[in-house]
Amino acid sequence: MATHAATHDHHDEKPQGFLDRWLFTTNHKDIGTLYLVFSFTMVCIGAAMSGVIRAELMKPGLQLVQPYFFNEMTTMHALVMIFGAIMPAFVGLANWMVPLMIGAPDMALPRMNNWSFWILPFAFVLLLSTLFMPGGAPAGGWTMYPPLVLQGGNGIAFMIFAIHLMGISSIMGAINIIATILNMRAPGMDLLKMPVFVWSWLITAFLLIAVLPVLAGAVTMLLTDKYFGTSFFNAAGGGDPVMYQHIFWFFGHPEVYIMILPAFGIISEIVPTFARKPLFGYKAMVYALACIAFLSFIVWAHHMFTVGMPLGGELFFMYATMLIAVPTGVKVFNWLTTMWRGSLTFETPMLWAIAFVILFTIGGFSGVMTAVVPADFQYQDTYFVVAHFHYVLVTGALFSIIGAIYYWWPKWTGRMYNDKWGKIHFWWSVVFANVLFFPQHFLGLAGMPRRIPDYNVAFADFNFISSIGAFGMFFTPFMFFFILWHSKRHGAKADARAWDGARGLEWTVPSPAPYHTFSTPPLVDDSLLAHGDVSH
Amino acid sequence: MKFGGIWRKAGAWAAASALASGAAWANPQPWQLNLTSGVTDTSRQVYGLHMLAFWVCVGIGVVVFGAMIVAMVRFRKSKGAVAETWSHNTKLELVWTVIPVLILISLAWPATRTMIRMTDTSGADMTVKITAYQWKWRYDYVDYQGKPVNRVGFISKLDSENDRVRQLGSGLDPWSLKSADGFDDYLLNVDHPLVLPAGVKVRFVITADDVIHAWWVPQLGWKQDAIPGIVNSQWTQIDEPGIYRGQCAELCGQDHGFMPIVVKAVPKAEFEQWLTAQEAASAVDQAAHTAQTNVPTPAGRG
Repeated sequence: MATHAATHDHHDEKPQGFLDRWLFTTNHKDIGTLYLVFSFTMVCIGAAMSGVIRAELMKPGLQLVQPYFFNEMTTMHALVMIFGAIMPAFVGLANWMVPLMIGAPDMALPRMNNWSFWILPFAFVLLLSTLFMPGGAPAGGWTMYPPLVLQGGNGIAFMIFAIHLMGISSIMGAINIIATILNMRAPGMDLLKMPVFVWSWLITAFLLIAVLPVLAGAVTMLLTDKYFGTSFFNAAGGGDPVMYQHIFWFFGHPEVYIMILPAFGIISEIVPTFARKPLFGYKAMVYALACIAFLSFIVWAHHMFTVGMPLGGELFFMYATMLIAVPTGVKVFNWLTTMWRGSLTFETPMLWAIAFVILFTIGGFSGVMTAVVPADFQYQDTYFVVAHFHYVLVTGALFSIIGAIYYWWPKWTGRMYNDKWGKIHFWWSVVFANVLFFPQHFLGLAGMPRRIPDYNVAFADFNFISSIGAFGMFFTPFMFFFILWHSKRHGAKADARAWDGARGLEWTVPSPAPYHTFSTPPLVDDSLLAHGDVSH
Repeated sequence: MKFGGIWRKAGAWAAASALASGAAWANPQPWQLNLTSGVTDTSRQVYGLHMLAFWVCVGIGVVVFGAMIVAMVRFRKSKGAVAETWSHNTKLELVWTVIPVLILISLAWPATRTMIRMTDTSGADMTVKITAYQWKWRYDYVDYQGKPVNRVGFISKLDSENDRVRQLGSGLDPWSLKSADGFDDYLLNVDHPLVLPAGVKVRFVITADDVIHAWWVPQLGWKQDAIPGIVNSQWTQIDEPGIYRGQCAELCGQDHGFMPIVVKAVPKAEFEQWLTAQEAASAVDQAAHTAQTNVPTPAGRG
C-alpha cells in the first residue's frame, strides 16, 4: 500500500536554516509553495492596479490619474496577472501535485526546478521597476503592438528582458513537468490512467514549449527595432506592423489555453470527489484537452479580425474558432454528467468548481459570439471583449486556482479550514465578480471601447456598478489569506483522505504530506483513481 | 445626471430592454444593454447575427444550467442520494459532440454570407480616404460619382469645449455638454464632422500615419484598423440622414480615449451642394496661396 511505503520514508529531514530551506530548495513541495506565495503577492499587486483603473472609471471625467498613467496601469495589470499570478499559480499546483498524483518521489529535474522559480522574482522586479523610471512603465497594452509600444521610454527594454526571463522560467518548468510525467510514473500508472489534472499539465507543458520561444522572438524583434535600427515592424523601413500581431497571437492564443487547460484538470478532480462518482467520460476528457490544444494553434487571427485580412482568412479563422466550442462543450457536459445521479455535497472546493463550470461557460458563450466574424466587427476592442476574457480568466482560471487551494490545502498543511468562512469568501467573490464583470458586456455592446480612461456620460451607470464590484473583489485576497492563516494556526487536524469522496494517490499519503513521499513507488490500484475503471 | 435617481433609471432601463430588440438609437443611451441595429443594411445583418448567436447561447445555457440546478437539487447526499457508478456512455457522448457541430454550422452559414457581402467594396459611388493621426482623423474626399474631387479634405478632432472639460482636475461637469439635438455628447463631439450623402455607397480607404488606430462608428456596423503602411478598405451605405458618433477603437497612446468620430449623413442633394461649396472654397484658398507665393520679393529684402 502506498500509505505503508510513504510512512516509512525518512520524512522530516527538512533543511533547517531559512535560506537552506527556501533559497536552495530542490523539494517539489517547497518549490510549489514558493510559486503559490509568489503568485499570491502578484495577485495583490495586479489587483491594486485594477483598483486604480476602476477608481478612475467610476465616474466620467478624469478625477485621479493622467491618461498616460492609466495606460501604464492597464498594461502592467495584464502582464502582472497573466505572467505573475495565473501562470505561476498553475505551475505551483503542478509542482505540488503532479509527483503526488503519479507516485513520483519528486520532479525529474529538481535543481532546474529551483532555478525555474527563482528567476521569476527577478523578472518581476525588472518589470515593476519600470513604474519608477523616467518615462514610466510600458503603456502600449500587454499585447505590445508596434509602432505604439516603441514610443515608450527605456522601460520597454526592461519589460522585454523581464518577458525573456519569464519565458525561460516557464520553458524550464514545462520541460521539468514533461520529464516528470513521462519518466517518473509509478508502475501501473499508465498514461491513460493518469488523473486528468496531470494530463492537462502534460498538454499545457507542450504548449508552453511550443509558443514561448515565439513570444521571445517577437519581443526581441521589438527590441532591435527600437534600439538597433531594424525595421521588422516599421512600415517606413519596409516592415509590417501586422506581422507582429500574427507572431504575437501565434503565441497569444495557445497562451490563453495555457491559462485554462490546468483549470479544466482541477475541476475534473474536484467534481468527482464531491459527487462521489467517477469522472464521466475520462477518455473523452483527455481527447478533448488534446483537441483544444491542437486547435489553439490555428485560431490566432481571431484576435485580429479587424486588421484587414482577406475574406478567406477571416472565414478560416471563424470556422476554426467555432470548432473549439465542440471539445469545450464535451468537457462541460461531462462535468455535468459526473454530477448527475451522484451523491453531492457542497464543501468550499465544490462551490468554487460549480461556479467555475457556470461562469466559465458564460465566458465561453461570449467566446462563440466573438467568433462570428461580422459580429466581431462590432465587439472587437470593446468592453464586451473585456467582459469575455475576465469571465474566462477570473471566474474561470482564478476561481479554479482558489478551488484547488481549498481542495488540497488539508493535504499540504494537515489542517482543515473553517468551511463557513470559506463559503463566505466564495459567495462574496461570486457576487462581486459578477457585479464587476457582467455590466461590462452591456458597456461594450452600447459602444464603449476598451483601454480608455474616460467615457461618454451614457456609459456612466454601468461603469459605476462595475467599479463597486471591483472594490468588493479587492477584499477577497485578504479574506483568503486570513482563512488560510487561521487554518494553519488553529485548524482541525485533517485525515489522510481529507474528503471522503477523494480518490487518487495523493490521498494515500498522510496529511500533511511528509517532506519526502513515494521514495518507494506505490502500488497503483485502479479503484483508487478518481475516474474509476477506465479499462473500456 | 448623477447616480442618484436609480428608480427613475430603472424605469428607463425597463423601457430600454423593451426596445432592445428593435429601436435604433443613433448614439449610446444611459442603461443601454444591447447593440443597436444601426442605420445600414450591413449593420442590420450584423445585429441579426449577434442576436442569433445570443439566443443560441441562451438556449444552450438554459439546458446546461437547468440540468445543473436539477442535479444540485435532486442528487444531494443530505437528501439520501446514493451515487451511481457508471462512468461513460458512448452514444450520449456522440450526441453532444454532433449536435453542437450542427448548431455551429447554422451560425457559420449566415455569418459567411454577411462576411462575403461586407468585404465587397465594388460599385461604390464615392471614395473617402481616412488617415489616422495621434489623436485626430483626416478625411480626404477622393472621388464622387466617378469624378475626382478637387482638394476637399480636413482634420477632425475632439472639439475645444470637450477638450477643456476632459482635462484632469478641470472641475467641469461632463454632463454640461449637450449637442444641438440634446444628446450628452461628452467626448463624442468633433470640430469638423465627416459629411456623407445618405443612400450612396461610400468606399473608405483607411490608413494611419503614426501608430495603429481603428475607425469605428457602431451605427455603421463595423470597425476597421487604420495601420501605417497599409491601406484597408471598407464601405457603407447609410439609409437615414442623421448624426452618428463613434471613436477610435485601437489603443493609440495617451489620448486614445479622446479621439471621437462624428459622421453627419445628409440628403444627397444637400451633400452635393456642400461638396461644391467646399471645392470652391478650396479653389479660392489655392488661388490665394498661389498668389501669395508669386508675390515678387521687394527689392533690397532677402
